[in-house]
Amino acid sequence: MPALLELEKAYAASKKDKAFLKELGMLQKTYIGRPTPLYFAERLTAELGGAKIYLKREDLAHTGAHKINNAIGQALLARKMGKKRLIAETGAGQHGVATATGAAHVGLACEIYMGSDDVARQSLNVFRMKLLGATVHEVTIGSKTLKDAINEGLRDWTTNVRTTHYVMGTVFGPHPFPMMVRDFQSVIGREARRQIRDAEGKLPEYLIACVGGGSNAIGLFHAFIDDEVRMVGVEAGGRGIAAGEHAARFAGGSIGVLQGTKSYLLQDDNGNVLGTHSVSAGLDYAAVGPEHAFLRDSGRVQYAYATDEEALAAFEQLSRTEGIIPALESSHALAEAVKLAPKLLKDEIIVVNLSGRGDKDVQHVARIKGIEL
Amino acid sequence: MTSRISRKFQALRKEQKKAFIPYIMAGDPDIQRTRELVKILEDCGADIIELGVPFSDPLADGPTIQAAAQRALDNGTTLHTVIELVSSLRDATEIPIILMTYYNPVFRYGDERFVEDALSAGVDGVIIPDLPPDEAEGLMRIARKKPFDTIFLLAPTSTDERIRKVCRASRGFIYYVSITGITGTKLALDPAIGSHISQIRGISDTPIAVGFGIATPEEASMVARYGDGIIVGSAIVKRIHDPEAELRQYLRSLRAGIQ
Repeated sequence: MPALLELEKAYAASKKDKAFLKELGMLQKTYIGRPTPLYFAERLTAELGGAKIYLKREDLAHTGAHKINNAIGQALLARKMGKKRLIAETGAGQHGVATATGAAHVGLACEIYMGSDDVARQSLNVFRMKLLGATVHEVTIGSKTLKDAINEGLRDWTTNVRTTHYVMGTVFGPHPFPMMVRDFQSVIGREARRQIRDAEGKLPEYLIACVGGGSNAIGLFHAFIDDEVRMVGVEAGGRGIAAGEHAARFAGGSIGVLQGTKSYLLQDDNGNVLGTHSVSAGLDYAAVGPEHAFLRDSGRVQYAYATDEEALAAFEQLSRTEGIIPALESSHALAEAVKLAPKLLKDEIIVVNLSGRGDKDVQHVARIKGIEL
Repeated sequence: MTSRISRKFQALRKEQKKAFIPYIMAGDPDIQRTRELVKILEDCGADIIELGVPFSDPLADGPTIQAAAQRALDNGTTLHTVIELVSSLRDATEIPIILMTYYNPVFRYGDERFVEDALSAGVDGVIIPDLPPDEAEGLMRIARKKPFDTIFLLAPTSTDERIRKVCRASRGFIYYVSITGITGTKLALDPAIGSHISQIRGISDTPIAVGFGIATPEEASMVARYGDGIIVGSAIVKRIHDPEAELRQYLRSLRAGIQ
């Protein structure tokens, strides 16, 4: 608790700190490469034969995913708080890479916790983190995925709280993390809102984003909350909605408390957290950010899911039609667009958050397809 | 109404003794063995027993207790079966028993039903490391007028404001975490522990029990200078599989260290 209170105070102060905001704005531009483009996917649109599909190109942000938006923000904050060391959890490895990058940029030590299952399927990102000077700890207990990496990260933080900042990678965990991570990611939606108006002279009919913890989705949605824009969050349907086979918390979960957050959770009758499965490490998580739970219960956002198979098909479809290899996480959002676009009119618009690039997934997809590289 | 825990501390205070509070994981390796272990702990001088309720994601615990929780979960131990276990123990013992559980199992069970069932089974209080007093108002309101203690944690990093909040919320005793860290970590006492505990005593006369990282009789003895009770968890959980004579000898050595 004392660490959370300290963080809350420091974050509130930084929001009003002009020098902090100026440095963050400058880094967004010159280091991350913002604004990221909003790209009209013309051939995908033509192939689907319905609504126009635009892609918010977070895959073009430095390090290849939206995670850097938050990691740079928290790295600056940690330096300002006088912390010497950054730690983080990672699922797909994108947040680990982003945190290692942020740590290298501000000159802090960095240690990353990653489930051993994820280390195996995202080996490229493990090597990237090491190149960036971070130590990667393999977590071999529990589900050996993102959830247990967060547990280990929080255990480390509890132990080294005086010197260490825990860079939560998604809109989860105890307050102020869900709010702070959302704020750092909301640049995605602010840009997209301006860009679609410039391109089309109106707001889109739909926003679609994948939801693991939910940071890229909140990042896109936040600026549109008060607009007449429909929003769809896409969870990981895995091999189908049966216990242990998916990570669709809204489809198969119930309210629970985990890792300092009350939200929808995949759990058994006794309150123990169930195992999850998704082809994408970044969505393979038993709980979902509490603001998504709120947006779902209030009816503001609809939540759907895409199965492994649907996501893999969308992964290949975008690669083939547009020359863009998407992350498997983002492929879940694309899979929903593939289903939705043909049902809409040709002058309607869908903006899909292409939250990350798929280079990290190429080996994993090859393995699934039985191709030896 | 005074709980068994408070009565125990009052009795110990009169004798100028400190409480020995061992922790074991319920259901590790099975419920029958837990029943036997409670008797062994009591025989070897335990004053209060802390029973861990297994949870899939024990954030405050190190590898020893995580592994114990996994063994207990694997054989089907749940909050419900732990409450039943305490009920069955009450024929044989009046020793105060506290459950140490994470919040989600309690939340699923229902705060009200939990306090009711636990109390009628003979449970005397609960420690929930992931539920700070700020979030525990519902549970505290339900427990307030009953002999069921809500015990909260303070850490070496706790500020004056947190100390006040935890003191107001805690009944039975205050759980002082000896280190910044998780259970089973090597003990490295904060140099400020003495002044920090004096600060707490200036605010509250609720007894203070100190835990996390205490493994040897020497450590127990050193920490007993500061607290009214000493909690030993991981080090016991590690030894429950040892031959019984060795386990008993170890428990007695802890008990002796505390005095």
